[in-house]
Amino acid sequence: MNWNDMIYILPEVILTIGASAMLLVPVTGGRGAKLSAKWMMIILLAITAGALIYCSHAVENIDQSRQLQAMFALDGFSIFFKLLFIGAIAMLVMLSEDFLAEGKYSPWEYYSLLGFALCGMMFMASGVHLITIYIGLELLSLSSYILAGFYKSELKSTEAAMKYFILGAVSSAILLYGISLIYGVCGSLNLLDIAAAMSTIVTNDALMFGIMLLGAGLCFKIAAVPFHVWTPDVYEGAPTPIAAFLSTGSKAAAFAIFARIFYTGLHDFHLEWNYVLATISALSMIIGNLAAITQDNVKRMLGYSSIAHAGYVLLGVISLNALGLRGILMYSVVYVFANLGIWATVLMLRRHQYAGERVDDFEGLSRRSPLWAFAMVIFLLSLGGIPPTAGFIGKYFLFAAAVQAGFGWLAVIAVLMSAVSMFYYLRLVVAMYLREGVEAEFAITTPLRIVAGICLVVTLALGIVPSSLIDQAVLSSSHVAAHAALTPHAGR
Amino acid sequence: MNYILSITLWLPVAAAVILLFFPKTAASAIKGFGLLASLATFVASLGILNGFHEGVAGLQLTESLAWIPQWGIRYALGVDGISLWLILLTTLLTPVVFLSSWNTIHKHPKEYVIAFLIMEAAMIGVFVASDLLLFYVFFELTLLPMYLVIGVWGGANRIYAAIKFFLFTIAGSLLMLLGIIYLAFAHFHDTGVLTFTITELYGTTLAPHAQVLLFFAFALAFAIKVPLFPLHTWLPDAHVEAPTGGSIILAGVMLKMGTYGFLRFVLPFFPDATAKYAGLLIALAVIGIVYGALVAWVQPDMKKLVAYSSVSHLGFCVLGIFALNQTSIEGSILQMVNHGLSTGALFLCVGVIYERRHTRLLADYGGLAKTMPVFATFFIIAMLSSVGLPGLNGFIGEFLILAGSFQTWPRATIVAATGVILAAIYLLWLIQRVFFGPITKEENKNVREIAWNEVVALVPLVVLMVWIGVRPNVFLRKMTPSVQQLLQIVHKTDAGKAMIAGVGRRVSGVGDQNRPHEAMLRPPTPDPRLPLSGGVR
Repeated sequence: MNWNDMIYILPEVILTIGASAMLLVPVTGGRGAKLSAKWMMIILLAITAGALIYCSHAVENIDQSRQLQAMFALDGFSIFFKLLFIGAIAMLVMLSEDFLAEGKYSPWEYYSLLGFALCGMMFMASGVHLITIYIGLELLSLSSYILAGFYKSELKSTEAAMKYFILGAVSSAILLYGISLIYGVCGSLNLLDIAAAMSTIVTNDALMFGIMLLGAGLCFKIAAVPFHVWTPDVYEGAPTPIAAFLSTGSKAAAFAIFARIFYTGLHDFHLEWNYVLATISALSMIIGNLAAITQDNVKRMLGYSSIAHAGYVLLGVISLNALGLRGILMYSVVYVFANLGIWATVLMLRRHQYAGERVDDFEGLSRRSPLWAFAMVIFLLSLGGIPPTAGFIGKYFLFAAAVQAGFGWLAVIAVLMSAVSMFYYLRLVVAMYLREGVEAEFAITTPLRIVAGICLVVTLALGIVPSSLIDQAVLSSSHVAAHAALTPHAGR
Repeated sequence: MNYILSITLWLPVAAAVILLFFPKTAASAIKGFGLLASLATFVASLGILNGFHEGVAGLQLTESLAWIPQWGIRYALGVDGISLWLILLTTLLTPVVFLSSWNTIHKHPKEYVIAFLIMEAAMIGVFVASDLLLFYVFFELTLLPMYLVIGVWGGANRIYAAIKFFLFTIAGSLLMLLGIIYLAFAHFHDTGVLTFTITELYGTTLAPHAQVLLFFAFALAFAIKVPLFPLHTWLPDAHVEAPTGGSIILAGVMLKMGTYGFLRFVLPFFPDATAKYAGLLIALAVIGIVYGALVAWVQPDMKKLVAYSSVSHLGFCVLGIFALNQTSIEGSILQMVNHGLSTGALFLCVGVIYERRHTRLLADYGGLAKTMPVFATFFIIAMLSSVGLPGLNGFIGEFLILAGSFQTWPRATIVAATGVILAAIYLLWLIQRVFFGPITKEENKNVREIAWNEVVALVPLVVLMVWIGVRPNVFLRKMTPSVQQLLQIVHKTDAGKAMIAGVGRRVSGVGDQNRPHEAMLRPPTPDPRLPLSGGVR
C-alpha cells in the first residue's frame, strides 16, 4: 500500500472526515445553527461526488496496485452506484429539512449518521472482497439502526429500531458465517479468487451451505421473502425520511452487492443457486404484492411494495446474463427516483401532529395540487412498469433477461404480479383523482418541490429517451460482466 | 418523406399541452379549443386518406427513426388498408365526443378535454405504429386516460368499474409484453438482428410449442380488449359507469384495438397456431354473439343493452377474422368501422335522453317519438344500422362476414346468423318501448328536443352509415390489397394450406369459386360478393 493507492478511496476518506466533523459540531457549541447543518451536508456530498469523478479519471493514469485492487474496485459498476447513492442521499437531505425543523432532535447527528451510512454504501458498491463488503454493510446497518430509532421518545420508532436491529444483527451473523464457510473451502475472500477456486470444485457440501447462508443474509438486506417480515413494521415506525432512505438508497446498495457477489464470485455454481433464488424471487413478488393490497397505511404499502421490487430485481441476478446485470443497474435508478418521489409526497402530506400517511390522506390531491398529483401518478406508473415511464424500461430489461435465460415462467409470474401491483398503486390514484376529499391544508415547501421535480423529470425522461442511461449501464456493467464471462447481448 | 402520420399523431398532444395553460374557469374556451384541435386532427387524417395509394398492399406513408437503438426499437409509423379506416374513425369520433359533451360536462372540463386528446393520440398511435414495442407503448397509454374518464366523470359505481377495466386490460397486455420480448429474441436468434419492426418480424420461424404459447399471450391481450366471451365482464360495467363520451370512444375505437391486434399481429406472426386454434376463437366468437344478444335482450337498462350488443357485434368481427378468407376479413374490418359509427351513435343517443331524464331504465320511457321526433329519427337510423338493415352500413359488414365465414365454417356461421335475428329483436323492442306507444309517464311529456350540438355530432355519423351502406366499395377497395397480402402470409405455411384443403372437403357441395384460397387469388372484382338478394338473411 502506498500513497498512490489512497486515490481509490479518497471520496470515502473525505466523507468519513466530513461526517465525523459534523458529529463534533454540537460538542463544540455549534448546535444552535440548524440550517447550516443541511448546507454543510450538501457541500460535503458535492465534494465527495467531485472527488469521486476526479478519482475515477485519475486511477486510469496511475500504476494500479494489486493489494488494494483485491479489496476495493473503483470500476464503472461502483461509480455508477456511488453516484446514484450520493444523489439519493442529497435528495434525502432535502426531504429531511422540515422534519428536522421541528427541533426535537439534533440535525448534526442525523446528517452525520446519513454520511456514515453513505460511506458504508460506497464501500459496498466498491467491494470485491467479502470483508470489504461486510464492513461496508455493517457501517450502513449500524447507522440505519440508529436512524430508524431516531424518534427516541416515540414508541413506534423505538420498536422499529429494535426489530430492525435484532433481525439485522442475526442476519449479519448468518452472512458472516456463510462468508467464513466460503473462505474455508475457497481459501480466499476476494471474489475473483473465489470464482477461480469454485471453477475447480465439482461439489462441496460446506461450500453449498456457505452460499446458502450468504444468500440468506443478503436476502434479509434486500427484504426478500421469507426474510421480509421486518420491512413493513420498520418502514411504518421509522421517521418518514429514514423509511425513504431504507427503501431507496439502502436497498439499492444491497442490490449492488447482490449483483457483484453473484455475478463475479458465485457464477460457476449458477445451477445450484438459481432455482432457490428463483423461488425466493417468485415468493417475494407474490407475497409482497398481495400483502400490499390490503394496507391502508401508505408507508406499510410501500414496505410491501419494496419486497415485491426486491423480487423483480432478483430476476436480474437469476438470469445471470448481460441483460440481467444491466437490468439491475437500470432498475436501481428507476426504483430510487420513483420511490423518492412518492416518499416526498408522503412527507408533504404530513402535518403538524398528524402523520398524513394513510391512503385517505391523498384524497382530493388532484384539485389541491394538480401538478403534484400528476407527478405522483407518474411515480406510481413507473413502479407499476407502465410506459412511457422509466419503470417500463427497467422492467423490460429484467423481464427480457429472464426470458433470455429460460426463466419464462418466472417472467410470467412477474408480469402477473405487476398487474396486481397496479391495483394498490391505483388505490392512491383513486384517492387523488376520483374522491373529493377534505380541504386540509398542507405545506408544499421548496425542498420537497425540488425533490419531486427532479424525480418527475428523471422518471419521465428515462421513460421517453432511455438511450443514454442504457449506454451508461452497458459501460458500467462491462467490467463485472467480463468477470462473469457473459456473452454480450445483441443490443451492443 | 411524408410526415402526415406524425402530424396527425402529435397534433392532439400539442393541443393538450397548450390547454394546460388555459385558466380552469374558461370552460367554453377550453371546450372550443378541444373541438378545434380534434377537428384539425380530423383534417390531418384526411391528408392520410389523400396520400394513401389504393393499389398498394404494404405499409405506406412510412416514417422511421431510431428510438432506443440499443434494442433495435424504432419510432416507425405506417398505414395500410387494415388500419386506414380505423385511424379515420378515431379522428372522426373524437370531435363527436367533444360536441356531444358540450353541455353535459361541468366537472373539470379542462382535464376532460386533455384526457380525450391524449387518448386520441394514443389510439392513433396504436393504429399507425409499425414497431411492436412502440405499439405496446401506445396500447398501454390509452389505458390511463380512459381509466380517469370513467373514474372521474362516471356514474355511481365508477371506481369499481374503472379499476376493473384497468386491471383486466393490463393483465392481458403485460403477458403480451413477454410475448413481444420472446418473439424479438427468437428473431434475433434466427437472424442476429434485434428488431421490433413488425414487417421484419413477420418471417420469424418459431418452434411449434413456442408459437402456441405466443399465440395465446397475444390473443389473450386482444381477446380481453375486444372483448371475447368469457373475458367480457369488464365491458358492461365500464360502459354503464362511463360518461357518454367515454362510452363512445370505448365502444367506437378501443374495442377495435383488440380486433386490429388480431389482424396485425396474431394472424401474420403465428400462422400455424392461428390455423390450429381458429376453431377455438370462432367458437368463443359465436358464443359471444349469441350470449351477448340474449343478455342484451333482457336488459332493463338501455346502456347495458347497447353494451351487450357490442359484445355480440364484436363477435362477428372476430368470426370474420378467424374465418381467414378475403371476404370475411374485409367484412370484418368494415364491420369494425360500422360498429364504431352505429354504436357510437347509439351511446350518444342514450346519453342525450339520460341527460334529460336521468334514467336509463326502459320502463321509464314510452312514446318519446311524440315529444322528440327529430331525436327519435336519429336514434332509429342508428338502431337500424346496428341491426343491419340493407341500405345501411351494418348490413354490408355482417353480410360479408357471414358470406365469407360460411365458406370455411358453415355450421358456426349458421349459429352466428341467429345473432342478426336476435339483434333485430332486442333493438326493435328497445325502440318500441322507448319511442312508441302511449306516454305513460308525466315526465316524458315535456322532454326537451335534441340540441344543435347533438345534431351536429350525429349528422356525420348518419351520413357515413348511408354512404357505406350504398357505396361500400369506396371503402372496401382500399382494404383489398392489404388483406390479400395478409392472407398470403397466413396461408403460405403448410398448416395453412392443409387447413384450406380440409375445409374444401368439408364444404364439398360448394362450388370452387367459393374456396377461400381461390377467392384470395382472384383479382378484386368490384361487386360479385354483394348480391343484395338471397343472402343468409
